[in-house]
Amino acid sequence: MKKIFLLVLVVTLTAFGQSVRLNVPYERFVMKNGLNVILHQDNTTPTISVNTWYLVGSGYEKPGRTGFAHLFEHLMFEGSKNVPEGKFDEWLEASGGSNNGSTNTDRTNYFEDIPSNALELALFLDSDRMGYLLDAMTQEKLDGQRDVVKNERRQRYENSPYGMAFPVLVDALYPKGHPYSWTTIGSMQDLSAASLDDVKEFFKLYYAPNNATLAIAGDIDIPTTKALVEKWFNEIPRGKPVPPQDRTPAQLYEEKRIMFEDRVQLPRLYLAWHSPASLTPGDAEMDLLASVLAGGKNSRLYKRLVYEMQIAQDVSAFQMSQRLSSVFIITATARVGHTLAELETVIQEEINKIKTEAPSIRELDRARNQYEANFIGQLESINAKADMLNNYYYLTGNPDYFNEDLARYYAVDPKDISTVALTYLKDDARVVMSIVPKGKQELAASNSTIVSTEGK
Amino acid sequence: MKTIDNKVIHYPLSIIHWTTSALLVVLLLVSSGSINAQSPDRTKPPALGPTPSLKLHPIQKFTLSNGLPVYVYEKRDVPIIQLNLVVKAGSVDEPADKLGLAGMTANMMDEGAAGKSALQLSDEIDFLGTSISVSGGLHTSGISMRSTTSKFDASLKLFADILLRPDFPESELERLRKQYLTSLVQAYDRPPVIAAAATSQLVFGKNHPYGRTTVGTEQTLNALTVADLKNFYDTYYKPNNSFLVVAGDVDANSVMAKLEQALGEWQKGEVKPATVAKAKQVSGRTIYLIDKPEAAQSVIRICRVGTDRMTEDYFPLLVMNTILGGSFTSRLNQNLREIHGYAYGAGSGFAFRPSPGPFTASSDVQTDATDKALKEFMKELNDISKPVSDDELAKAKNYIALGYPDNFSNVGSIAAQIAEMVLYNLPENYFNDYINKVMAVKKEDVRRVAKKYIDTDDLAIIIVGDKAKIEKGLKETKVGKIVNMTPTDVLGPMPKL
Repeated sequence: MKKIFLLVLVVTLTAFGQSVRLNVPYERFVMKNGLNVILHQDNTTPTISVNTWYLVGSGYEKPGRTGFAHLFEHLMFEGSKNVPEGKFDEWLEASGGSNNGSTNTDRTNYFEDIPSNALELALFLDSDRMGYLLDAMTQEKLDGQRDVVKNERRQRYENSPYGMAFPVLVDALYPKGHPYSWTTIGSMQDLSAASLDDVKEFFKLYYAPNNATLAIAGDIDIPTTKALVEKWFNEIPRGKPVPPQDRTPAQLYEEKRIMFEDRVQLPRLYLAWHSPASLTPGDAEMDLLASVLAGGKNSRLYKRLVYEMQIAQDVSAFQMSQRLSSVFIITATARVGHTLAELETVIQEEINKIKTEAPSIRELDRARNQYEANFIGQLESINAKADMLNNYYYLTGNPDYFNEDLARYYAVDPKDISTVALTYLKDDARVVMSIVPKGKQELAASNSTIVSTEGK
Repeated sequence: MKTIDNKVIHYPLSIIHWTTSALLVVLLLVSSGSINAQSPDRTKPPALGPTPSLKLHPIQKFTLSNGLPVYVYEKRDVPIIQLNLVVKAGSVDEPADKLGLAGMTANMMDEGAAGKSALQLSDEIDFLGTSISVSGGLHTSGISMRSTTSKFDASLKLFADILLRPDFPESELERLRKQYLTSLVQAYDRPPVIAAAATSQLVFGKNHPYGRTTVGTEQTLNALTVADLKNFYDTYYKPNNSFLVVAGDVDANSVMAKLEQALGEWQKGEVKPATVAKAKQVSGRTIYLIDKPEAAQSVIRICRVGTDRMTEDYFPLLVMNTILGGSFTSRLNQNLREIHGYAYGAGSGFAFRPSPGPFTASSDVQTDATDKALKEFMKELNDISKPVSDDELAKAKNYIALGYPDNFSNVGSIAAQIAEMVLYNLPENYFNDYINKVMAVKKEDVRRVAKKYIDTDDLAIIIVGDKAKIEKGLKETKVGKIVNMTPTDVLGPMPKL
């Protein structure tokens, strides 16, 4: 093939000020066994990113087995029937490639970034673990990765300041049993309980080709790549349909005010609300609201708390977009001599203000212009593009949803920001969480109840 | 995630014209060529195809009328432009009573310039969607900018204001001072930060430029004045003591005209380059046990003085370290993570600097395995001086050499690599020779540099962990004498705010 597909960027000036039109050409097909395949050619560098999504994340775990989807992710690198233990990484490294994976509430992804002559090696490795993982699974492998994951948890949660924030927060935010009410890392006791039978059952249920989508981006030739994918994945049988997920709605009917102590010097405040799901109406508005509140020196909260009053060391706001429903979080760390009650008062004032008074057009443009520049910058990476193709396909059915995604931000009007603040940042449906230094409960936000971090 | 990307080693940078790389082809197996629609052969991994060639654009070098060297790399597939301005001055140039001066000077650059306040500047930058960041390091300070092509001209004006016309307002210095002092307080919470500070001090000594803090202490931060910052800026921020790298969606000629217009008025000056004396090697093996009660893990850093960036042993060291702790399948990661499950990951690396920087082997291990983990570390650090296997050597060399094109996939990485090339004055043909040099490394070279640089008789072993639970076991390892310390010994008394 001589034709080179690249990211097509057409400079335009639309009514909303979006400066580029994005188009990522792709070819998609579904194999007989149900595997969804998306190919995108970009010959800028002689490298390829192979990105596989299994449509299972921690939101599919059973009670008592939290952390299992992520523990399972680790086992996927430990070898399969035709790939002896350790060889997955060794063979890829010897080809000049690197690899990794990640698990969130909604999906697990695996990728190999390789020189373009190693495509077939990556397809062999990925297809072997999709088809024949259990042939080589042992109790020793499970126990080994269980120890590694427990250390991952220690490093990122227990031994990290404020590290237990997220486990405690999601426990308070969601009703019991909701798929998002535990963290992807899981609890220590559940990690200890995972058995070899759990591994086998999980693999059979969720790791079949009909529950996966494979995106390949980079220096490829489409017909050759298609044939190679058929060659390596065709023999893997289709699995049973995946059982439906628990759809308990994520809703809060009260304000929960909680606190716990940590080995930290300064107290930190967290405010969290439920918000619209990824790529659904309101999601982009929440992103922009986060930026208006805490993106850059001129954002409302940064300017007041950090720049002018200087009572906070940092403040951040973000919309954590997820498939079933999202979370909007504001955090701020108090300076020495200041309490979280003081920070909460100012944050509340600013939330009240934005609910009644739309931001200026400049505030909004600042936010979306930054978003656009970051969005375009990401497209330099074939790894990011492959992952986005899979994400868009999963959430919208259209892998090339790049332009639609960006256009959402330019369709927002200042008053929409007030509307989403009013609709979602309710005072009587949120979690207000304080993390305070040991023995300094007086620094917490008012009326906070002590909660335990045990078992979370 | 399976791993956090924590590579310590900085892969070197190159510009390559790899249109023909016969050399690479030699390494690789021959491609099978045919695609079979039937059952694939899974008895062995598929052969790799012919090595792809990477066609890089040339680096074009120019000089502005004021002497500022400019390096331009055109990469036009995505409308993004990266500028890295590097000033060859950093914390090594600070007087002992003004620690933190270089970092504070850099960080004050965008807190008010050309009569615009910090907020005005930030508003204009954010409105363009551009990011401009300032930073102060050991040997360099810098301003970097990333903008879309359509906003480049407007962004460049702001970049020039920040670089040429910083105002250093008093009130902003007061604000940053408090922010920095608060960060010093927060350092007590973070075992990896305590370990990093301890590493510098204990390997280099508090009087060596690499052993001192780069952020400053309570005392030195409180003493910094606007006059100090202006003086540092006036002394070192000169076009003839700096260089600029441009990478991305530009045409070299037209961008040079814009740069001349924006930066041409920047005046030359006389700058005396600082030299950093080679540090003395640590002597003997000492375990510095820094107590962090209730810590769930022990942060282990095993260190000694390494070597400088210009060393002739650079490529053998790169290969040796890849085998020891520079990749996922390296010995340290395999041992501590995959075989024993003591840690989420383990690795090692050399900090290559103008003067020898530290070699560090590191891991965060579960508290009850601290002594066992240390023994495994010692085993691997000793064993690397024995001959490595052919497979290990080939894997490591291929990993470095064949993964190399990935470094040219984005403008941020390209600009950083060119900056390293310029800073260390690497030869013109460095990039073309890169692959050859990696592939030329022999088993004997690996063994020689392992013996020379990983001498386990002289090690500073820093462990931040729960003393009550780990001290006894560490004593029993007999790896070295134990010196007990506290975070305060490392970080100093907690700043009063």
